[in-house]
Amino acid sequence: MTILREVPAWNAEAHLSRTVRDLPPSGIRRFFDLVNEMDEAISLGVGEPDFVTPWHVREACIYSLESGYTSYTSNKGMPELREAIADFTKEQLGLDYDPGDQILVTTGVSEAVDLAFRATLNPGDEVIVPEPCYVAYVPDIILAGGVPRQVSTRIDDGFRVTPESILPAITEKTKALVLSYPNNPTGAIMTRSDLEDIADLVVEHDLLVISDEVYGMLTYSGTHASFAQLDGMGERTIILNGLSKSHAMTGWRIGYALGDPRIIGAMTKIHQYTMLCAPIMSQMAAIEALLHGEEEMLKMKHEYNLRRRLFVSGLNRIGMPCIEPQGAFYAFPSIIDTGLSSEAFAERLLREQKVAVVPGNVFGQSGEGFLRCSYATSREELIEALDRIETFLGRL
Amino acid sequence: MNEILQILSENARATPAEIAALLGRTEEDVAREIKELEDSGVIRKYITIIDWEKASEGYVYAVIELKVALQRSTGYDSVAERIARFSEVQSVRLISGDHDLSVTVRGKSMRDVAFFVAEKIAPLEGVQSTCTHFILKSYKEHGVILTDKPKPKRLVITA
Ligand SMILES: Cc1ncc(COP(=O)(O)O)c(C=O)c1O
Repeated sequence: MTILREVPAWNAEAHLSRTVRDLPPSGIRRFFDLVNEMDEAISLGVGEPDFVTPWHVREACIYSLESGYTSYTSNKGMPELREAIADFTKEQLGLDYDPGDQILVTTGVSEAVDLAFRATLNPGDEVIVPEPCYVAYVPDIILAGGVPRQVSTRIDDGFRVTPESILPAITEKTKALVLSYPNNPTGAIMTRSDLEDIADLVVEHDLLVISDEVYGMLTYSGTHASFAQLDGMGERTIILNGLSKSHAMTGWRIGYALGDPRIIGAMTKIHQYTMLCAPIMSQMAAIEALLHGEEEMLKMKHEYNLRRRLFVSGLNRIGMPCIEPQGAFYAFPSIIDTGLSSEAFAERLLREQKVAVVPGNVFGQSGEGFLRCSYATSREELIEALDRIETFLGRL
Repeated sequence: MNEILQILSENARATPAEIAALLGRTEEDVAREIKELEDSGVIRKYITIIDWEKASEGYVYAVIELKVALQRSTGYDSVAERIARFSEVQSVRLISGDHDLSVTVRGKSMRDVAFFVAEKIAPLEGVQSTCTHFILKSYKEHGVILTDKPKPKRLVITA
């Protein structure tokens, strides 16, 4: 028998968390829908390698599946993987992290970013976020109950963080500083001496530094440095890294966090209740990539560097002024001279010449007047895109 | 590795201007270095990798393994160099293992290749035995996978 009841109209909105409801929509999302309508557009809008994961890594994963590796792993990640991460980090940065309690394997750097904020922020704690930057930090801070304090980096400083840029944003509630170098979207890097410049301020205000170094292997001129390398700064730095960009493994979802055992322990606590562990097949692939993937990694990096030279000199030639991006795989040309906003430029370029780029303001207010162009795409497409952008500029 | 050689080894048609843009050098500078590489014989020839099966004017290829009696004064060189002069022969290599020389031969038909081996290679002085392996299908040539499927597409815009 059916019981009939009086049911008022369902209002899903009313059931949402206010925090989530009020989270600003991603600027990328809107642009994605726009680009998706256009077929045949050349996309310089992609934030991931265009290489397929090297075969030896895929093959190792297939073999692990054939051998029956389909179970959960330790919450922290497989011991072999944590060992491999420790060795890799030692080799790249010269830093020692104990695989026992200073390394946590996550599902992508994305999860590690979220965990770092949730494990350290109390309601109302402020986090300084230098912009333009990757789009996840601000929403992740808000979701963790923190308060993002965006500060601008300037083209005149090469989009690097300076003491002058962060000092005005520091209050007694400031808990942490986000560093994201090599930077998405600007391609800027911070060298050791750039980091030294802000270290005193960090110590004086007892800040935690959350350092997203997912592009750390991809620097072409100048040397990437980690804040954790500075004398006495290791314990107050959480390094976030992963294999997505360096080893062309975005879809595998493997990242990791390195830091003080108590902080890594707190992050692991959340991770064990929300994620349990990263997928074992991806962990098996990551072990292979870290142990035997250097040659392929360097090959891809070399190809990015060739494209970088081709593309950046091309942009400057056709009248899109662009500072030299030293890392990651993005160029960040200025369009201020055209008088168009970033969004208007990007939308018209897409409609009129079918080239997709990402408006700089998506990465923070200070990105207005710029475009993010990814050169993780084929040389042929880059050359064609430059031709089309030149035509577009000629008709403005 | 020499960066110009690396680029040309992947695309023999890359122009000095294109190479210059990739390396951040001037076109003249790159052109001069290519000329030097050609003159000194480091760059031997620019060729095209063709999927002959697709091109439908199919050729037949065979790998011939040869056992060779060593010549006192010239070692393997004199036999190998004689074999290399035939236009049917694509490559001649001295190899380790059961055999001495590995030779690839191209012909219009299996008959063609078989007769070539029987009439021109086997009777050569110093050649003790031949073993002909016809190539039935090629999966990868000169580092290019011939059977590759198209790459899956990425999302058009990602953060
Ligand atoms: C700066 C930065 N951090 C983190 C991520 C996310 O990486 P993962 O694929 O490891 O989650 C990205 C991806 O675009 C990024 O650009």
